[in-house]
Amino acid sequence: MSDIVISLDRVNKWYNPTFQVLKDCSLDVRKGEVVVVCGPSGSGKSTLIKCVNALEPFQSGEIAVDGVRLREKGVDLPKLRARVGMVFQNFELFPHLSVLENLDLAQLKVLGRSKDEARAKSEALLRRVDLAAHAAKYPGQLSGGQQQRVAIARALAMDPVAMLFDEPTSALDPEMVSEVLDAMVELAREGMTMMVVTHEMGFARKVAHRVVFMDRGEIVVDAEKEEFFAANGNERARVFLSKILGH
Amino acid sequence: MNYHWNWGIFLEPSPEGNGTYGQMLLSGLWMTLQVSVLAWTLALCAGSCVGVVRSLPSAWARRLSDVWIEPLRNIPLLVQLFLWYFVLPELIPETWGDWLKQLPNAPFYNAVVGVGLFMSARVAVQVATGLAALPRGQMAAGLALGLTPGQTYRYVLLPMAFRVVLPPLTSELINTIKNTSVALTIGLAELTARARAVQEFSFQVFEAFAAATLGYLAINLLATLAMRLIERQARLPGYGKA
Repeated sequence: MSDIVISLDRVNKWYNPTFQVLKDCSLDVRKGEVVVVCGPSGSGKSTLIKCVNALEPFQSGEIAVDGVRLREKGVDLPKLRARVGMVFQNFELFPHLSVLENLDLAQLKVLGRSKDEARAKSEALLRRVDLAAHAAKYPGQLSGGQQQRVAIARALAMDPVAMLFDEPTSALDPEMVSEVLDAMVELAREGMTMMVVTHEMGFARKVAHRVVFMDRGEIVVDAEKEEFFAANGNERARVFLSKILGH
Repeated sequence: MNYHWNWGIFLEPSPEGNGTYGQMLLSGLWMTLQVSVLAWTLALCAGSCVGVVRSLPSAWARRLSDVWIEPLRNIPLLVQLFLWYFVLPELIPETWGDWLKQLPNAPFYNAVVGVGLFMSARVAVQVATGLAALPRGQMAAGLALGLTPGQTYRYVLLPMAFRVVLPPLTSELINTIKNTSVALTIGLAELTARARAVQEFSFQVFEAFAAATLGYLAINLLATLAMRLIERQARLPGYGKA
């Protein structure tokens, strides 16, 4: 079982005593695995992924990341989060820092890397996402697609054991979706462990190992990709798929 | 109007015996500057801390910030200066009270603390507003990278929040400078107090207050200019377009 990087065990979360957003969610993500989480809006998929790096608290159950249990007493949350990369729907680059400084910041302040070390790492990652020419620019000067690729590079700069993507292409203009997906596909092919909340079923077909379908806070389907997309799969998942693919 | 103009008054020796009337006014200007700089420093430091507390998600933190902010901004500055200067020394244990009363330059320290605290409440509200104006995801992004909440404030949130509220902070800086004039009531020899002294000695009321007016105008225009330069320096390419 040592190859399990992210494990969720019967996670329950309430926003108030009457509204339960997550119901008994259990899920394992193995090393090198790409798990796509999909489902209708309000189904709890973004909440679920934010629980993984403790950005959202949950009331019962347990999540372990690389063997570290989130609810254990005295757990070092910043240290744990530093080992998990996260990419947000709205990029969330730091607007007052240049692209390069965005990548440097946590390397310097969290990992304690030297300035030269961080710089070398940042520059290599910017080359990798094809943005080396924009290193000195500010986020406000980049397109949405470029900003999201910077955000991916920023997360990778921490040498994470896994990457979480929370609807990484939902806020993008259509013509910029593919450049971000391409970067994610490349990452998946290099063997990065990934948990991806997305509606991009093309991405799921291409690189996912498993697809998880959520509805009303529950994990309804957790299946191998081939099985998920097969015509005789789960009824609710089929209805959902026909809605987002059927046009 | 039967008024005897005398613009040469500033060069005439003052009855204080250690310089001219002009030098009296300059000493007041210098005092105003010193109190302003120190009070603004105090207002910025304390106000930023309280503003950060006010921006925390906990309801208790917000209430705590109210305990600081509400008395300081709802009681007139003049009353606050009297409270610090005349009432506080009587309320605390006698030895401390005596020490306060015998403190050399007591009006100076009182003015710095009084005006500084009064303005800190206003700065706190501005800083909290600036923090609230930032996208909620910025905090999450900082935390997700492994920064502590403190580091996220220091390196991510506050640098942007200050940029957002730089224009209203300019007004608060100017208010701080103008408010130092209230300290003449506790005997601080700042610019307005010195202008009054010139008037009382020489009866040249128009000249004295014309000079004080120009003094305040000059300081405040310089302060505004300095803030404009900071604003220009802090402007981010491409930010706020979309």
